[in-house]
Amino acid sequence: MVTTLADDPSVQRLDIDGVLGDPAIRVVVCCGSGGVGKTTTAAALALRAAEEHGRRTVVLTIDPARRLAQSLGLSELDNTPRQVHSVKAVNGGELHAMMLDMKRTFDEVVAAHTDPKRAEEIYVNPFYQAMSSTFAGTQEYMAMEKLGQLRARDEWDLVVVDTPPSRSALDFLDAPARLGRFLDGRMLRLLVAPARTGGRSVFTLVTASFGLFSKLMDKILGAQLITDLSGFVGALDSMFGGFRERSEQTYRVLQAPETAFLVVAVPEPDAIREADYFAGRLESERMPMAGLVLNRVHAPQTTAISAADATTASEEIRAGNPVAADVLLVHAGMMARAEREQAVTRVFTRSHPDVPVATIAAQPVDVHDIDGLREIGLALAVG
Amino acid sequence: MPPSDHAPLRWPARLHVVTGKGGTGKTTVSAALALALAAEGRRTLLVEVEQRQGIAQVFDRAPLPYQERAIATGYPGTASGGGGEVFALAIDAEEALLEYLDHFYRLGRAGRALRKFGAIDFATTIAPGVRDVLLTGKLKEAVTRTTDGRRAYDAVVLDAPPTGRIGRFLNVSAETARLAKIGPIKSQSDGVAAVLRSPVTAVHVVTVLEEMPVQETADAVAELQRLDLPVGSVIINATQPPLLARGRLSQAEVRRGLAATGLPVDRDVVSGLVAEARAHLARREVEIALRDELIALGRPLVELPQLPGGVDLAGLYELAGTLLEPARASSI
Repeated sequence: MVTTLADDPSVQRLDIDGVLGDPAIRVVVCCGSGGVGKTTTAAALALRAAEEHGRRTVVLTIDPARRLAQSLGLSELDNTPRQVHSVKAVNGGELHAMMLDMKRTFDEVVAAHTDPKRAEEIYVNPFYQAMSSTFAGTQEYMAMEKLGQLRARDEWDLVVVDTPPSRSALDFLDAPARLGRFLDGRMLRLLVAPARTGGRSVFTLVTASFGLFSKLMDKILGAQLITDLSGFVGALDSMFGGFRERSEQTYRVLQAPETAFLVVAVPEPDAIREADYFAGRLESERMPMAGLVLNRVHAPQTTAISAADATTASEEIRAGNPVAADVLLVHAGMMARAEREQAVTRVFTRSHPDVPVATIAAQPVDVHDIDGLREIGLALAVG
Repeated sequence: MPPSDHAPLRWPARLHVVTGKGGTGKTTVSAALALALAAEGRRTLLVEVEQRQGIAQVFDRAPLPYQERAIATGYPGTASGGGGEVFALAIDAEEALLEYLDHFYRLGRAGRALRKFGAIDFATTIAPGVRDVLLTGKLKEAVTRTTDGRRAYDAVVLDAPPTGRIGRFLNVSAETARLAKIGPIKSQSDGVAAVLRSPVTAVHVVTVLEEMPVQETADAVAELQRLDLPVGSVIINATQPPLLARGRLSQAEVRRGLAATGLPVDRDVVSGLVAEARAHLARREVEIALRDELIALGRPLVELPQLPGGVDLAGLYELAGTLLEPARASSI
């Protein structure tokens, strides 16, 4: 007989109110693969922290669905937290929401680390423009940067972050390091050389093979590109250290006990596999994982009739009672689906038996208002 | 007519780019389409570019190398012999760059030395445009390759990046033009762009009948059309059979039905079943409205059923068969 995941004694229930109400927890990070409901979960958690726990909360969303953004009063990417006024907080709690503007955040980082004249040079460079708007990893890096800023200002009791819709959940941890490595990299150092000496093709002959290398780069990339790149790198050169330091700082915040990671997933093989990797990764990076939020779970309303029995019975009565026959088929589908979802979820709960789990039942329609978010928060608290 | 005879008719392009919101089953649909297109002895190549090893997982194989490997036999034909071969390839941007350099500059092992300088890492990560040109360039090569005057593949199916990135991924020349105004990158990307914008290509969008994926499908179709990229079909994945389409749902009716087969009729069971049925009906209302939104996009619609046992090879063949059925009148 199928039991729901919540009834499974080997699975710990996630005490979401324990996390949201703990004054020592200052950052909640929602991560998971794309399309699992990270943004909605983040918004619902932030709302609950404000309304039920009286905390001054800010939620940083990355790429919210239009209607969800509207329900939070967010109409544009403006990088500024705005108070959500439809919140019913009785004990001083507040909810503020913002959408990440990746380009503007990058501009701010540049401005913070260099003088205005240099900053202007950087802004107009085509490489900077490409990188700040499309570099694979910039969004992840800037989300972390923004989190670092929000936390550093110490204006908020709690910062809830949604993570970018990465191809894989791991990108979000790796991208800042990758960008840092790139900016700090040997390759860029080599390309900086001509900028420093003032000429574009005056590559220093570091080694014999470097001669080949520079010729190749000219050939493949073209001279103009090398010039732009050298200019870009030259301008950024002074900021390398600062970049690294910032990303290391944020990394340390993520490792601190004031942070709680929630891995969000749906009971589908891909999402569970990602969640599994991610939980393992958080463990190896010694980052504090609070639990798994399992979205869109299908739970039968009754488990007294099995899928097989329902299917057989449906055939028997179809001629005389087509409505009841269909009702039984709906039930059979539900039972089969629940069983499949549980089998899939076991991949995670078996390899991470200590990670507590909260489930949210599948809803017929998406959530795009504050009431809907409130219900999700409640569902999470109930488990 | 056996369904497989419809393949070239139903899916006229040679390069099929399959996109969709994450979680809609893009990889499954790509695999099923490759099986369908390999019906009747045709050869297809199934390609992925995001280093997810999704193809290997769908076919339950070890991770794919950067090499074209036979992975399955096409949809069993009925008229002229069996299915052709399906090959699979996971394109890796670094490997594609080295191959490209080797081909055009006869680099040989010296190319490998570039790795030492982080040059490969650099070229494939700094400018996403360059990376995408390499990936789509390899794709173009596979589509246009001939051996002994014969096309290497009758069709190529790409498990493409998701809807959120597809426009940028396929709009290669515009992306690289921002960085490289002239030179080999520019000419390479112009060549790729020409293929992607020609009738050789069709970009299909996979969705499920849920709000966000449908919204993203509409956005993607609009974006692709704006970029002059040829939009193919909209493929609705994981559809449910239409249950409870007629008749009135009532507790009494359900109780009578249960009693007739000797199943338990206690209150909790009956009300539980009715609650499930009502949720199903609510869901169906939403699905009908969402399907209408997809119809309004004016593209051919293809519906694939939810596979009750999850996706396995048998399931992929079942989907392939459905993909080969002639388009229904209502869906054009």
